[in-house]
Amino acid sequence: MNLQFVVDGLLTGSMIGLGAIGVTLTYAILRFSNFAHGDFMAWGTYATLAVVGAIGAMVGKVAPIGPFSFGWPLLVALVVGCALTGLLALALDAVLFSRLRARGQSIIVVMASFGASMALRSLLEFVFTSRPTYFSRAIQIAMPVGFGIRITPDQVALLVLTAVLVAATHLLMTRTQTGRSMQAVSQNPALARVVGIDVARVVRATWLLGAALACVAGTMVGILVQIRPLMGFDMLLPMFAAAILGGIGSVPGAVLGGLIIGLAEAAAVQFVGAEWRAAVSFVILMAVLFVRPIGLFGVKER
Amino acid sequence: MDLIGYGAFFLTTALIFAIISLGLNLQWGLTGLFNVGVAGFVAIGAYTSALMTTPDDPTRLGGFGLPILIGWAGAMAVSGIAAAITGFATLRLRSDYLAITTFGVSVVVQLVALNAQKLTGGAFGVGFIPRPFAGLAETPLLFNLSNLAIVAVVTLLAYLALEHLSRSPWGRVLKALREDERAAISLGKSARFYRVQAFAVGGALMGLAGAVQAHFTGFIAPDNYAPMLTFQVWVMLIVGGSGSNLGAVVGSVLVWAIWAGSGALTATLFPPEQQARAASLQIVAIGVMLCVILLFRPNGLFGNLTYRRRFGLKARKPS
Repeated sequence: MNLQFVVDGLLTGSMIGLGAIGVTLTYAILRFSNFAHGDFMAWGTYATLAVVGAIGAMVGKVAPIGPFSFGWPLLVALVVGCALTGLLALALDAVLFSRLRARGQSIIVVMASFGASMALRSLLEFVFTSRPTYFSRAIQIAMPVGFGIRITPDQVALLVLTAVLVAATHLLMTRTQTGRSMQAVSQNPALARVVGIDVARVVRATWLLGAALACVAGTMVGILVQIRPLMGFDMLLPMFAAAILGGIGSVPGAVLGGLIIGLAEAAAVQFVGAEWRAAVSFVILMAVLFVRPIGLFGVKER
Repeated sequence: MDLIGYGAFFLTTALIFAIISLGLNLQWGLTGLFNVGVAGFVAIGAYTSALMTTPDDPTRLGGFGLPILIGWAGAMAVSGIAAAITGFATLRLRSDYLAITTFGVSVVVQLVALNAQKLTGGAFGVGFIPRPFAGLAETPLLFNLSNLAIVAVVTLLAYLALEHLSRSPWGRVLKALREDERAAISLGKSARFYRVQAFAVGGALMGLAGAVQAHFTGFIAPDNYAPMLTFQVWVMLIVGGSGSNLGAVVGSVLVWAIWAGSGALTATLFPPEQQARAASLQIVAIGVMLCVILLFRPNGLFGNLTYRRRFGLKARKPS
């Protein structure tokens, strides 16, 4: 048996997991499932790509760092891209979501996010056309690491980056005042307001964190696969499935859910056929809804 | 003469959308169930009817050559069952779960349509679907008009049935559940049971619309059932006004007119190599339109949905 699918699964799972953190936090704190989250991912990737292009135009060609396919411009661009994606999420919240939330019907917000998702994606298609692009066209040599597994330097770097980000997010949620306020609002918004938590600030923090992680996840897809306007929308179902499998509101749950779905997808590609990959998340989603709808680390809804 | 022919063709397409919107109105407008997988249920209906009525094809399952009306009935049954299963799995949970699951249904249906070649013909789709009045195909005008007549009759029947249903005791329970679930449950109505029924009937109507369209165009392919279709139908219902069957029909014709009109406009204004980009701008415009209507005119043209403030119950006006 070829174990290569484990590496592929972990990589796909990292991207899904990072995206699912944003989905699960939006759901737990703002109380709606954001169908535009995948498009935050795509927008973040294109923003990063644009900044890389701008840096390249200013300082000329930059040699890649060590064995990786990218140089420092990509790292700088990724930070800028995260900030821009955060701004996009805040702007969308200001003109659309916050006004509808004030009316108190969460399902209308879901519908608006569906409309916004269509508009955002088509805007990307308009500006960048639907042709795929790449951060780098260089081909990396995969190093054998035993058990018949091969891995490229980029893949190692991205796995490490995911681990660091997940640990940082977990610490942010459990050890800082901002994170504790976020948990308080997710558990009981009215009570959180009574004890003096600035709910508007918590909402802003949620959008910024979710959007930044979406941007990182999208850029990972861009480095490892390719950049397309539809890349985020295609990740939407796996991200939702991961968030529900992990339990809504749980950051470790979302990441674990993402890894499980990533591994299951990779296994399906190897043993069933690549064309059925997209069905995996649906099967897992249905199984969770029938067997344990609160997910692995979920708490019962009040 | 061409103009009448085109008008008939346009109205036929618009009325097929109207049947889908009517189904969605039963689910969303009357019962408050958010279905993001409309395209999936339409596709199930279209493929079911196509498989049942096409002549035998050795490269895939069936082609059973059954009469068209039986194909339509089968389409309604299969789509309705699919909707009932989806509803059964999710309707005891929060409403967002239904949205996510229906989204998944549409993704999987498209995947099956694309990959299960033995069943659906794969990316090439299913052709040679029998068309009613095929004998009239030599005179396009008469052919288009007779198609329009059939679709109009189906739309009218669906409209009358839904009007009757929404005034019946069954429809009143649905409205009661939408407005105040706790009160309705306290009167002994099982919320989940009624919702699954409404979702299934709505799904059956979407399947019927898919079948009608398949027999109108004579050819179906997976691309016809992209998420775009779901989105269009939602805009139609919201523009017309959720909760109103008349709104669903008028909204469909209106939005389809805007859609076809702006499509024709971009086709003449932009050079051929820029057409794809112009088309995506068209989608942006419709998406923004949906959000603007939700923000400023949530009732659409004819809607009667009341948006109650969940946390503002105490702000009751002194009488």
